[in-house]
Amino acid sequence: MARFPKPPEGSWTQHYPQLGTAPVSYEDSTSPAIYELERKAIFKRAWLNVGRVEQLPRKGSYFTKELKVVNTSIILVRAGSGEINAFHNVCRHRGNKLVWNDMPLEETSGFCKQFTCKYHAWRYDLDGNLTFVQQEGEFFDLDKSRYGLVPVHCEVWEGFIFVNFAPEPEQSLREFLGPMITGLEGYPFEKMTSRWYYRSEVKANWKLYMDAFQEFYHAPILHANQSPSKYSKAAAEAGFEAPHYRIDGPHRLVSTSGIRAWELDSEMRKPMEEICQSGLFGPWDKPELGRMPEGLNPARCDPWGLDSFQLFPNFVILIWGQGWYLTYHYWPTSYNSHIFEGTLYFPQPRTPRERVAQELAAVSFKEYGLQDANTLEATQTAVESTAVDRFLLCDQEVLIRHLHQETAAWIEDYQRKTAGV
Amino acid sequence: MLPTEFAELEKFSKWCLASEPERYAKRLNSSMPEMQAFYNAITPRAEEAIAYCDKFSLDDMPEDVLNLMHLLYSMIMVSFPIECWKQPRVPDSGATALDCLSEPVP
Repeated sequence: MARFPKPPEGSWTQHYPQLGTAPVSYEDSTSPAIYELERKAIFKRAWLNVGRVEQLPRKGSYFTKELKVVNTSIILVRAGSGEINAFHNVCRHRGNKLVWNDMPLEETSGFCKQFTCKYHAWRYDLDGNLTFVQQEGEFFDLDKSRYGLVPVHCEVWEGFIFVNFAPEPEQSLREFLGPMITGLEGYPFEKMTSRWYYRSEVKANWKLYMDAFQEFYHAPILHANQSPSKYSKAAAEAGFEAPHYRIDGPHRLVSTSGIRAWELDSEMRKPMEEICQSGLFGPWDKPELGRMPEGLNPARCDPWGLDSFQLFPNFVILIWGQGWYLTYHYWPTSYNSHIFEGTLYFPQPRTPRERVAQELAAVSFKEYGLQDANTLEATQTAVESTAVDRFLLCDQEVLIRHLHQETAAWIEDYQRKTAGV
Repeated sequence: MLPTEFAELEKFSKWCLASEPERYAKRLNSSMPEMQAFYNAITPRAEEAIAYCDKFSLDDMPEDVLNLMHLLYSMIMVSFPIECWKQPRVPDSGATALDCLSEPVP
């Protein structure tokens, strides 16, 4: 009674035989020792997305990121050449944090011509060169050219800014992204500048929240009361099936079919959706975005719901069929806590009516997000109890298997490479 | 605060709030009867209000029209307690927050 064909092996999980079908352990989400390994084996080796180029609109625009998982703060800045530079946020003189505002541990952003340390006014240009030392003559054999800001590897793909904390990255960013992700090239990310940014501190391991958003088996149940009962009853009876899953290297994709909300019986819709002509999936009136890249909507669904690209380790690009996209970031702060960031990107609304439609989509996102997040502290503490050590996953949860397996594989690879050193 | 055509909504002008954190906080601090009264008053006028705002450019809205836009955003905010939750907060979200730190203006 499957609505969508499964691969010839009989299931998506068996289509990727390395995943197995056995119950899985979440020890990697409850163990402080494994978390310490993840920091070195994953977060100091993989390319990490820290934002988009639109956050750095002109020469001298900068923002900082606090990355506790790699124990540092970094500065992202647009230099005179137009290039984006990344530096560790540390003054070379006495180690003061160079860029911060009022609260030293909070992120900040702004515009400057150069960076001046609050402590002794050492100055650095936008390329990180040390350009001024207060009372320079008091120092001993000071060669300023040797004391620039410490750079971080930084590359940009489709306007997404990535950094890498390895001494020398093992792959270029494009190699790391691989064909499934680079298949998104050409999507008009740069046109999506109507932006909402949400953030929360979540008392659960970062992978448990990724798991929550890489399966939609939960959707008809956990989110049932978001919809009129006629709709939610039909949704629960039908259950959830994705038309397509894909795993490519360390990254994953789930694609879903959509609904034409405007064609449904009005009893299936909320009155506010009627008023705003919008909902969780986005405004009903889809913007004209031109030809979509081949890598999108792989099952060629019509209507198409969304494609959720899970980029290893902690970044998600979710593209909606209704002409907008969102990103998720999960920044670990300990084995059982992380900072979650959700950012919504729509085209600039041309009219107040379009703006109101975007508002309902954004507010709906938060209502759903709160429902998704509120299971996490409950899951974390229950799994930590160790009362149960293996958990079942169905075929619609295939991507969860892959994330935990990929995490283990990176740790194993790291241990193998460092064992003989 | 509002265009004269919408004078009957003036008594809800405390919902003319420019940012999501303000609107969300007001929702959590309001009773269901308060939000129901606001919802009942604004939803029948919503299409008219959107059409009214649509006569102006987003870049150049007179203050009373901007207030009306903010009132529409608050209408959306209270629709979840009224249409879904029967309470101000998302059920079971006691341990959870999701703060909106940046949003389009207006």
